[in-house]
Amino acid sequence: MASHTYTPMPDQGAKASVLAYLVTVAVVLLLMMVFGLLMRMEQARVITMGASWFYELMTLHGAGMVGIAGLAGAAIMWHFLRQYVALSQGIFWANLFLFLIGVVMILAGVLLGHFHGAWTFLYPLPGKSMGMWSQGAAALFMGGLLVIGVGFVLLHLDIARALIVRYGSFARSLGWPQLFGHDDGNAPPPTVVASTMVTIVNIAGLVAGASILIMMLVNLYVPSFNIDPLLAKGMIYFFGHVFINATIYMAVIAVYEILPRYTQRPWKSNKVFLASWTASTLMVLFIFPHHLLMDFAFPEWFLIMGHVIGYMNAFPILVVTGYGALMIVYRSGIRWDMASMLLFLSLLGWAAGVMPAFIDGTIAVNYVMHNTLWVPGHFHTYLLLGTVGMLFGFMYYLGKPDEHTQDALLDRLAFWLFMVASLGFTLTFLFSGKESVPRRYAEHLPEWVPYDRIGALFALLVIAAVLVFIIRFLTRLGRAGRDYPRAPLAYAGTA
Amino acid sequence: MSQQIAWQVSLILMSLVVLAFAFVAINSGARQEDYTPLQKRAYRIRSRLFWGMVVVFGSAMLYTLKDLPYGAERDHSGAGAAQIVEAKGFQWRWELSRDHVEAGQPVEFRITSEDANHGFGIYDGTMHLVAQTQAMPGYTNVIRHTFDKPGTYKILCLEYCGIAHHNMITEITVGSL
Repeated sequence: MASHTYTPMPDQGAKASVLAYLVTVAVVLLLMMVFGLLMRMEQARVITMGASWFYELMTLHGAGMVGIAGLAGAAIMWHFLRQYVALSQGIFWANLFLFLIGVVMILAGVLLGHFHGAWTFLYPLPGKSMGMWSQGAAALFMGGLLVIGVGFVLLHLDIARALIVRYGSFARSLGWPQLFGHDDGNAPPPTVVASTMVTIVNIAGLVAGASILIMMLVNLYVPSFNIDPLLAKGMIYFFGHVFINATIYMAVIAVYEILPRYTQRPWKSNKVFLASWTASTLMVLFIFPHHLLMDFAFPEWFLIMGHVIGYMNAFPILVVTGYGALMIVYRSGIRWDMASMLLFLSLLGWAAGVMPAFIDGTIAVNYVMHNTLWVPGHFHTYLLLGTVGMLFGFMYYLGKPDEHTQDALLDRLAFWLFMVASLGFTLTFLFSGKESVPRRYAEHLPEWVPYDRIGALFALLVIAAVLVFIIRFLTRLGRAGRDYPRAPLAYAGTA
Repeated sequence: MSQQIAWQVSLILMSLVVLAFAFVAINSGARQEDYTPLQKRAYRIRSRLFWGMVVVFGSAMLYTLKDLPYGAERDHSGAGAAQIVEAKGFQWRWELSRDHVEAGQPVEFRITSEDANHGFGIYDGTMHLVAQTQAMPGYTNVIRHTFDKPGTYKILCLEYCGIAHHNMITEITVGSL
């Protein structure tokens, strides 16, 4: 049986490479948030930039946010996983280097070549621009995505190598001997289990994504190389869904590692935990048809599979991870600071975001809500409050001067502003979706504009809060690399 | 109607999550040193939560499968033979074989695209979605819908297809019986 006692782990500072990832993430995140704000302001008729600029910013916002969510998750996972297995620094740097090359290619494709085919590059749109962008611009954009994908494949292959060297197989690093046999209390720690799951799904997703990108690049220059649009769509959504989902499964490692230090309670890999991560491995791979429910050309069983797994997928998140956080915090005597508050909030965001997500994955609902603003409503709930909350919780933790430091009033105000504004921002999207407002529209009908104005205001407030988080992290970068305890001991309690 | 239910159910479920987190945050200050009894009690509650979710979510998941928009040939709602509308999406316009249909009698939309992916979204007079499917080159997606009310309905593109995506709108008139 897994032990109920907490064993403190040494508190390691971040390597320079992790900090380089985090600084890159902070800069790109802020820029992409500003792009998002500009898009909402355009829809709100507060500014006028025109459809071409709107869709260019939309393309950058999507690609940029997905990319940095991956980078943020990778930084968190790598930071903690290297404490259990031997990872390659060189490969980790190579991923960042390839990411930056990819970003330059994407920026050139969009800002110089005016590519605006959306980050989902849905075939055959990149090759059918109606004169709005060149083949070269589309190739630069898709080539940039491909270069970024190659970097992540390298990173995951290195993680796979390190896990297999240490544990012998993925089955062992997923804890299958303890899950299917006797739980001897020696299952791999949550960080290892989560990293294994992400490595499995992301390698599959990235290979599918790279394959369709290469097929589409060939098609750009050799149009007679035809691609079945339905196959292309399936591959794109398989890649896209897996990759963006994996970001939160990587980032949640910060919660597994840091919250126990605050509560002095263990987050153990028991049978339920192991079962939920094995189930999530399968479900993240097979849930993607819920993006394709309005593609009636797919077999009906395939679409029903998306509907069913959408419901099942809520269980591990709510019953294991979300509930697990509630368990270790309840009557723990936790001393709340920015790191612990943001990490706790991040699980609230993930658990809350699951609700409108699985509801949208209900075929009968999707029939009248697919591609409305309901969709960005649910994914912003778990990406903004969830993944971004985990990221900033991790950043505050790394930069905390010492375990007794009290947070400044400004930071605490920024936390509450971030929570309220993020909820307001996402609920505005969800309400607009309920009102059937389509997503990805540069111009909105007059009756939709009031929602856009409210959404733009909340977006502005989110950015204000995030600016405080980022400036605080940057001013504390020097400390983030040192090894010292950061989590305050919980209040002493009753026996 | 579905939108209203989705919104209300989402709000209720999201509120329950917020309440659970708020309850724990409020009760986080006084430490109970011995974690084992707390953990055992929490596991018991979790089992009930799990089975409660199986019953509630499982029922909802199965119940909502009874009314799927697929397989137009199986749909027998409305009276009389289906009115056929061939719809083609182009960057950035719709081409309909007819723009007038009758209420109360099923309409079968056969939807495809001549270039990129489009989304065929039917909006009622209050600009709420009543039905949709994707318009994809090389494939024909069929939806069958019976309009209850006469009036002017709009067709909006619901899959991003380039710079004039938001202007890809046409109308279809639904006449009275």
